[in-house]
Amino acid sequence: MAVDTTQDGPATPRGRDFDAEPVVIEARGVTKSFRLPVNKISSLKEQITTFSRPDYRQLHALRDVSFEIRRGEFFGIVGRNGSGKSTLLKVLASIYAADAGRVRMAGRLAPFIELGVGFNPELTARENVELNGVMMGLERRQARSRLGAVLEFAELEEFVDMKLKNYSSGMLVRLAFSVMIQSDAEILLIDEVLAVGDAAFQQKCADVFHEMRDSERTVILVTHDMGAVEHYCHRAMLLHDGEVRGMGDPGEVARKYLRLNFESAPSSGEDSLGEVADIVVGEAWLQDGAGRRAANVEKGEELHFCAELEAKRDVEGPIFGFTFVNPDGVEVMGFGVPKEDLPERVAAGERIQIRSRVENRLAPGRYVVRCWVHRNRNISDIVLYSPHILDFVVFGKDEAGVAFFETEVEFELKEGEAR
Amino acid sequence: MSAEAQAPAQPVELREVRGPSATGGGSRRFFELLWLISATEFKKSFHGTAFGYIWSLVRPLMLFGVLLVVFTRIIRFEVPNYPVLLLFNLVVFGLFQEGTGAAVGSVLAQEGIVRKTQFPRLVIPLSSVMVAFFTLALNLIAVFAFILIYGITPMWTWLLLPVILLLIVVLTCAVSLLLSALNVRFRDVAIIWTVAATVLMYGTPIIYPLSIIEPSFLRDVLLANPLTLIFAQAHHWIIDPEAETALQAAGSWAAMLPATAIYVLTCVLGVWVFKREAPKIAERL
Repeated sequence: MAVDTTQDGPATPRGRDFDAEPVVIEARGVTKSFRLPVNKISSLKEQITTFSRPDYRQLHALRDVSFEIRRGEFFGIVGRNGSGKSTLLKVLASIYAADAGRVRMAGRLAPFIELGVGFNPELTARENVELNGVMMGLERRQARSRLGAVLEFAELEEFVDMKLKNYSSGMLVRLAFSVMIQSDAEILLIDEVLAVGDAAFQQKCADVFHEMRDSERTVILVTHDMGAVEHYCHRAMLLHDGEVRGMGDPGEVARKYLRLNFESAPSSGEDSLGEVADIVVGEAWLQDGAGRRAANVEKGEELHFCAELEAKRDVEGPIFGFTFVNPDGVEVMGFGVPKEDLPERVAAGERIQIRSRVENRLAPGRYVVRCWVHRNRNISDIVLYSPHILDFVVFGKDEAGVAFFETEVEFELKEGEAR
Repeated sequence: MSAEAQAPAQPVELREVRGPSATGGGSRRFFELLWLISATEFKKSFHGTAFGYIWSLVRPLMLFGVLLVVFTRIIRFEVPNYPVLLLFNLVVFGLFQEGTGAAVGSVLAQEGIVRKTQFPRLVIPLSSVMVAFFTLALNLIAVFAFILIYGITPMWTWLLLPVILLLIVVLTCAVSLLLSALNVRFRDVAIIWTVAATVLMYGTPIIYPLSIIEPSFLRDVLLANPLTLIFAQAHHWIIDPEAETALQAAGSWAAMLPATAIYVLTCVLGVWVFKREAPKIAERL
């Protein structure tokens, strides 16, 4: 993750005044649906031998989406997989045509939505940078003149005449990111690119994003990463099932996203096990020692994790469990509500508040909290599994290991046998 | 806060975003992209091989050698300067064959670009034709050297070669557009085309002279092929002024009508189908 974790809030006040800025992107009632054939026909024979019209399923990717973005805004679009965010980005980038509604825009748009698209592995970095520049609408001479700046940012000057197929994946991503940053596009569309390169390059990217926040450039960032949204964006929009479900303050939108996520999680099948939502997670958050909500904690600082669950139906003999998962996917620790505190049953409509104090031995990094609820006092009878009810960052100096322990080390030099 | 910052929003002019199209993104960008992509593709096709360009000449030369042996030692055609005519025909027909052959799968092959960038779709099949054209241009130098060595004296009608090439390039482009757009919908178009291209090669009098075909239904079919008339005219202009012109081969202006109609129809159809399909290509891939 490229988020700069050493500071708690954004570097500049979020309330940069955009009312004085002109609208540069305007979407009005954008609607897009795909006809997905139930059995895809892709050969002539099938077309001829299928007598009845093939069955189509209408997929509404975007329904009546409207918004305005003003110049210089860093605008986040969040939503679950399949919520329509990528489709929206493709409509904005003229890759898809909208079925209805109109999009209007002012200023040059970078025509990519993903890093490194259009790179030709058989060509050298020099040729690719030129090709990319021309794709962006530059003249060839202009495109060539950017080469130095692009390579310098990507720290790849020595590899200018190496074919891209011989680049490592890290080098490729650096080059791609650099090409995008160094373009003179006034509007950038960025789809999930924050986690690129090694730590040093990530820091550089984070700096660039901070810079972009405060520049004239308009940026639309599509991401799942609520940390990034809260950190960089001036404003955010929540898409769900192709509809706008929230717009405004990034923190507010991020919380809405998380709430929406957990409400629908059990029935979506995408990242949950249960079929019926007997219990849902209302909210989950961290607090600091003084009881204030916190997005991040410092390494070693006591950690208070809180969650509020709501029973939709009666649940007999519930068990509640939580685990913290580190960026490598390792469950670093887990805890549950102690047996003696567990109720016999939770009735429909009842709310369950869980507050915990955790000794924080977590190594710096981003953690995701998972939540389990079982019933009938039986671990294998799962009522709810939510793989991501909260994420937070532990910041501080990184050392080896997934956790750290207070260690006393003694050190002594002993004289050897004199010869 | 300064007074400037509190001034009401100055609306800037917004332009409509219309979605993808065959040529979207301005004509200068279109041609720059076409040129750059064709040139790099062309360079790429020779890179990494020791003899580079030579290989593009070896293929038609091999075919030429085999056919020459077959048709001068085994079956004889009473055609003056048959070897040079054969070589010229094979090389020029190569443009059509290679251009369409590369274009048919080109849009599918460039899936990444089509689905993730705003890219004028037309550039993709056209660059395949351009690459074939670059190859042809180089090969023609060798062909004309061969023609001169063979003892054919230069004629003023050689200056009309661009007319022949233009007719073939336009047809190649039209067929390429049609095939590359259809291939997105029906993936077997590419497979069918490999067969169809071979049929077309024998359905065009390039290896054999049209004159050996008696007036018959078969001859009428061959005459309906626009390439037949183009190659007949090329024979007259480039190799042998004694040979029939396209008009003489057809017999009358009316007899040239089917081929002309098919030519025009193919061009219109190619452009129309591609234009219609272009906005939807990204979704269908």
